[in-house]
Amino acid sequence: MRTKVIEPPRGWGFPDLAEIASHRDLIFYLARRDVVVRYKQAAVGGFWVVLQPLLLAGVFSLFLGTWAGFDANPDTGVPQPLFVLAGLVVWLFFSTALERVSKSTVASEGLISKIYFPRAVIPLAAAIAPLVDFAITFVVVVLVAIAYGYPPGPEILATPLVVALAETTAFGAGLWLSALNVRYRDVTLIVPFVLLVGMFVTPIFYTLNLVPESLQPLYALNPMVGVVEGFRWCLLGTDFPGGLLLIPVVVSVVLTVTGALYYQRAERGFADVI
Amino acid sequence: MGEPAVRIEGVSKRYQLGALAGGSLSQRLESAVRHPLRRMRGTAESKPETSEFWALRDVDLGIEEGKITGLIGPNGAGKSTLLKLLCRITAPTEGRIELRGRVGSLLEVGTGFHPELTGRENIFLNGAILGMRREEIIRRFSEIVEFSGIGQFLDTPVKRYSSGMYVRLAFAIAAHLESEILLIDEVLAVGDQEFQRKCLGKMEEVSTSGGRTVIFVAHNMSSIRRLCDSAVLLDHGRVLAHGDTDRVVADYLERVEPVQHGGIANIAADAQRSGIGGARLLRVELSDSSGGASERVRYGEPLSLSLGFEIERRLPGAAVQVGVSTAEGINILTSHSSDRGSLELDLEEGMIELRCELRATLLPGEFAIDVDLLDARGFSVDRVERTLNFKVLNVAFDGSGDHYPWPHVRGSVRPESDWSVVQGAGSRVQAAERG
Repeated sequence: MRTKVIEPPRGWGFPDLAEIASHRDLIFYLARRDVVVRYKQAAVGGFWVVLQPLLLAGVFSLFLGTWAGFDANPDTGVPQPLFVLAGLVVWLFFSTALERVSKSTVASEGLISKIYFPRAVIPLAAAIAPLVDFAITFVVVVLVAIAYGYPPGPEILATPLVVALAETTAFGAGLWLSALNVRYRDVTLIVPFVLLVGMFVTPIFYTLNLVPESLQPLYALNPMVGVVEGFRWCLLGTDFPGGLLLIPVVVSVVLTVTGALYYQRAERGFADVI
Repeated sequence: MGEPAVRIEGVSKRYQLGALAGGSLSQRLESAVRHPLRRMRGTAESKPETSEFWALRDVDLGIEEGKITGLIGPNGAGKSTLLKLLCRITAPTEGRIELRGRVGSLLEVGTGFHPELTGRENIFLNGAILGMRREEIIRRFSEIVEFSGIGQFLDTPVKRYSSGMYVRLAFAIAAHLESEILLIDEVLAVGDQEFQRKCLGKMEEVSTSGGRTVIFVAHNMSSIRRLCDSAVLLDHGRVLAHGDTDRVVADYLERVEPVQHGGIANIAADAQRSGIGGARLLRVELSDSSGGASERVRYGEPLSLSLGFEIERRLPGAAVQVGVSTAEGINILTSHSSDRGSLELDLEEGMIELRCELRATLLPGEFAIDVDLLDARGFSVDRVERTLNFKVLNVAFDGSGDHYPWPHVRGSVRPESDWSVVQGAGSRVQAAERG
């Protein structure tokens, strides 16, 4: 018979990965709940997931492209609307994942105060549902690209790697925010604002060349610059971002490891504070 | 008896109360700006507003394997905290807990149920939350559905369920969790009578046939008595008694409920009291006309009460109010020590005893005495309801034949009254006939 010893927690530690793995069924059912509920409740259901990037891309191409004169075509050879849509699809995936992960712990208050399981299961499950949305929008953006006469090339096979980068970055940052949110509810207010700013400091509506050369190194520190550029490369065959991709790789690993450490430490107090 | 299934050694749990426990980022920044030195110095000075609260203190317990153990105690005794520590929802501040075997917990019915999901979907979700593996849920699925009795509504969203169905489904899932140690809190307070019986039966079955160890918190003493092999009495975070259920339950009741022997009730320190404090009612005694304490009085007999108080601070201009309530809790009489200027009380610290005689003819039935000590402004200092229960017998107290002759007792009091015939024949004086 297994004997479990409970003692006061001390110091820093990494989450018990084996224990989390033994709760994989729970992760699955929590993620499944998020997906099912999302598509059940909304009247337009999954349609909204597709509509959102299409409408945004339409509006931005019209205002910033046609009327304000931004055009990605000379730099990249891709029509502005398609260029914007591709950027938006991956950005929306990132921002939804970040927002959901950062809200997840507080949203699971009822579970945390009533039952034990490794708490890291909650942000893990929250990071899964946005992948489903992304899969749907990805199909749409591929269809739009084909309609514009830009069928994806072999680079499309690298998409999972780029998506994994966006997911890990969102998850790592989300872990920090999710744990901080339990103590400081201000996080819920700050995250949407930061994401709004993030949308503008990421090359979604404009090409990287718009940013003055001197500021580019600073600009590229935003991990989503490499991710968005990488995603366009996969989908539309634009220039390979090369070294730009190293930044999200480093950032996502650092955020995830430190986020996991912080979450593990903060987790002990969740039931008492939440 | 072998190794205990649960061994608790020197366990304490401290909660932080006050500003630092919660608060927003801005509050924290504000305090950092206002008290920069405090913050830099760190140490104890940085938390002036924080106070500590020990929900549990040095708890040592061994819970026997395969037995049902009940946790009892007044509100705030630490029962729920202890259960939360055992469930690992929160961690102890000190001490060590050993749990031998898989732990299942049920602190609430239907934790994580989502109203939009169907019964079937919730079985899998809730099962996983409780710690069941997918294969385990699939294996027990039909048993769960059968026990819950939701059958045809399996694919209906649970938001359309009646509350009874909801609870039945939730309990059914939890009851089929395969664990060696089961921790349960107040779950049985819900659901209809029949389902409660079913749950109790299931718990009994689980522990006797399954050899499971069950730790159970409930406020219903009769279910504790019926189910538990042993009981633990907690108060103010400490274990006061552990052992035979009947003995521990009796011990508990003695502390919280007025204990009445004949016509004497001793009011426990932690009895249900209200009021601003400063004095405590200790004792209420009811005597019959012979002068002996009795919980039975005869029809028409004056109620002779003696009230003992401990006065903790001076109470000039105080008053005592005594009420009589029916078994249903309806107050039917009130007498006040200063009624018609009868008594002025300037109470000094220490013990006092008051006497009062209530002359009211109560109709046969059961009644209780409520006592309220008031200060000069009329605020309750200490109020205890139903301190002492007594019975009015349908026998005249003076040996006469005067009793209540009707089969149904209507009302509670017989007032002094005068009757006469104003017009017509038939006037007859009954008292004279009776002799």
